[in-house]
Amino acid sequence: MDNSIATTEPLMPRETAVHEEHEHVFIPQHRHHFETEEQQREAGSFGMWLFLLTEIMFFGGLFFAYLLYRNWYYDAFVPASNQLSVPLGGANTAILITSGFFMALGVWAAEVRKRALLVLFLILTTVFGLAFLGIKYVEYHEKWEKHHIPGASFDISEFVNPPKDAAGKPTQHALPPDVAEKTQIFFFLYFAMTGMHALHMIIGIGLLVWLIARAQRGDFSSGYVAPIENFGLYWHFVDIVWLFLFPLLYLINRHPLQ
Amino acid sequence: MSASSTTILNLPDQTTAAVPKRNYISAEHGLLSWLLTGDHKRIAMLYLISITFFFFIGGAFAGLIRLELLTPQPDLVASDTYNKFFTMHGVIMVFLFLVPSVPATLGNFLIPIMLGARDLAFPKINLLSWYLYLAGGTLTLAALVLGGVDTGWTFTTPLSTHYLNTHVVTTASAIFVAGFSSIFTGLNFIVTIHRMRCPGMTWFRMPLFVWSHYAASILMVLGTPVLAISLTLVGLERLIGIGVFDPNKGGDPLLFQHLFWFYSHPAVYIMILPGMGVISEVVSTFSRKRVFGYTAVAFSSVAIALFGFFVWEHHMFIMGVSNYSALVFSLLTMLVAVPSAIKIFNWAFTLQKGSITFETPMLYAFGFMGLFTIGGLTGVFLAALGMDIQLTETYFIVAHFHFVMVGGMLMAFLSGVHFWWPKMTGRMYPESLSKLAAVVTFIGFNLTFMPQFIVGYLGMPRRYHAYPPEYQVLNVLSTAGATVLGVGYMLPILYLAWSLKYGAIAGNNPWQATGLEWQIQSPPLTENFTEIPVMDHEAYDYEWLEHKTQNEVTTVG
Repeated sequence: MDNSIATTEPLMPRETAVHEEHEHVFIPQHRHHFETEEQQREAGSFGMWLFLLTEIMFFGGLFFAYLLYRNWYYDAFVPASNQLSVPLGGANTAILITSGFFMALGVWAAEVRKRALLVLFLILTTVFGLAFLGIKYVEYHEKWEKHHIPGASFDISEFVNPPKDAAGKPTQHALPPDVAEKTQIFFFLYFAMTGMHALHMIIGIGLLVWLIARAQRGDFSSGYVAPIENFGLYWHFVDIVWLFLFPLLYLINRHPLQ
Repeated sequence: MSASSTTILNLPDQTTAAVPKRNYISAEHGLLSWLLTGDHKRIAMLYLISITFFFFIGGAFAGLIRLELLTPQPDLVASDTYNKFFTMHGVIMVFLFLVPSVPATLGNFLIPIMLGARDLAFPKINLLSWYLYLAGGTLTLAALVLGGVDTGWTFTTPLSTHYLNTHVVTTASAIFVAGFSSIFTGLNFIVTIHRMRCPGMTWFRMPLFVWSHYAASILMVLGTPVLAISLTLVGLERLIGIGVFDPNKGGDPLLFQHLFWFYSHPAVYIMILPGMGVISEVVSTFSRKRVFGYTAVAFSSVAIALFGFFVWEHHMFIMGVSNYSALVFSLLTMLVAVPSAIKIFNWAFTLQKGSITFETPMLYAFGFMGLFTIGGLTGVFLAALGMDIQLTETYFIVAHFHFVMVGGMLMAFLSGVHFWWPKMTGRMYPESLSKLAAVVTFIGFNLTFMPQFIVGYLGMPRRYHAYPPEYQVLNVLSTAGATVLGVGYMLPILYLAWSLKYGAIAGNNPWQATGLEWQIQSPPLTENFTEIPVMDHEAYDYEWLEHKTQNEVTTVG
């Protein structure tokens, strides 16, 4: 136990900090329990990253279930994933990336303290987000009409008796009923994963509206950009989740129609 | 002011001493000032009151279970009522008491002070986490009042999704909401520990209490979302029949087990790690020594958190998992014993040649060390595959996890509450009465759960409300023990409430301990420190403390 113990008063007040406080003008958003603005900003963004980590774990459970069932019921998952529209999904991917692009521009606009630009970019982010949800609605609606929503009214007839094309040839291999039942698992996972993603989009759009109102008021034009930055992290995270969902649900092992 | 050889307690002169006029309790008045507070200390007190409330509700169910098991015949309640009893007992004790017990109360109160900060990083999120906890608690009570739930706290599918007609969805949403309260607490702690340490407070100068909370927070942040998604799926399965856990539709009930235990095994470390932090503080203070092997103890917390994520399948050995994976999980489970043993051995070495005194927190800490060791070692029995097949789903396993959770965590919680009570309230609890309570708790606990090891080994299954008559003697012993235990838990409530008004004035540092929390007034100011401190010594440096008091000049007037 021979730590060198300082002979000065151990709980010495930090004189330098006191001086700084007199000279430095704090931004109005500074919270009293943080020593510096730097600390406040770092804590905020670190907290956001941790929150995103919990989100990864939350989606992780669904991805794990998808992995498991895809391996088990491969034969049912292939025709079921053929039901999804690649053009619509692809368009949505492009729209979401564009929305993320405007979000990134928005963070830049806040950092260079341009209020009008920031508001414009946030509105564009919102518009593209809403476009994504609109297309998602069209896709969901089609599933509703075809009775592909899991539950009591789920209908496997399309997989057991595939529709025939103009020449009278079936567009897909017909599945035995017991395998066709397993398509319900695919559609459940599809709705759970994209639905959870859409829920995050809806929450995000709610937050965007609030941020736009605050940006309009000029809250983020004086060097205080933490909320914009942190929301940007969230929005990009939601983008990235989609970038995993799109290939997993729409693209991989998609057999061309025979 | 002289300290006798049997106690380190050092109280100020009671004729002149008073609780400081300005402190976090007196800073503001009125109910709203509490309900809308951002002060981590006030939120900790709110949590303390609410978890105590739920502890006694959960405890009442435990009492009813033991009352039913007093006789071999199912005579007190019908079997499905009994199922509801043990389910409510489990749900309330696990999610509404054990998980938030030490972190949300003592951790909330102490972590910012121990780090030399004015508050947690996100005070509003901290308050939000309390409201989420309350919402979860209210939903649980709603499920209870509406008729209860009888799935067991584990929500086993397909029982919970297809075969029961009780309030599964209400309870699942209660746990979902309470889970987010725990995520936010963990998130707040991690950010605070990373970003809010005072100058000079390096990672290896932090008290071990903070280290163990850091490890537990990692588990909360990474594990709880998985519980959230698995309970969401159970809810959806019940409401719209999606089939993901339904074998008839190709779903897999085992998937639920994997997802559920991926959280719920780490959850037991969420429950025990903060308790271990309390024990490190208490053992060091009452041995007047630095914790032996500080670095090893600090890293063993992180190791427990890490290993904790890779052992979940040991809850599923009899559920038809692959033999090879069972082998791996059995080995990994035994590995968890290593960091746990590191802690126990290091506490033992801390005691060695220390100047040990036996105040109440130390009595509880000794209780913890003994009971946790028994609970941990029987855990190694259960990790062995052959033994597990014999012992799982019997009272042996009930006794095992009660030794860890009640004998371990609850002892640690009570130890911590007594240890920091003077800091939280500014007043001492009555020492002799509380020593009595500690001893009564220890005796009652052993009387309750020791017989359960034997009766479980003999083959009595858990979760049945009737049993063959030859097990009655042991069950009567257990019920008698539960009664003693109940007295042991009622006593602190009574005398701690009494001490709020009549307890001796504690002064800043009644235990003459080294932590930063003892260098400020009790109860602390709302801002904790008038000036942010500079840490220039290691944690638990009792030589530093001696120098400090040597040079202290006390003048009157």
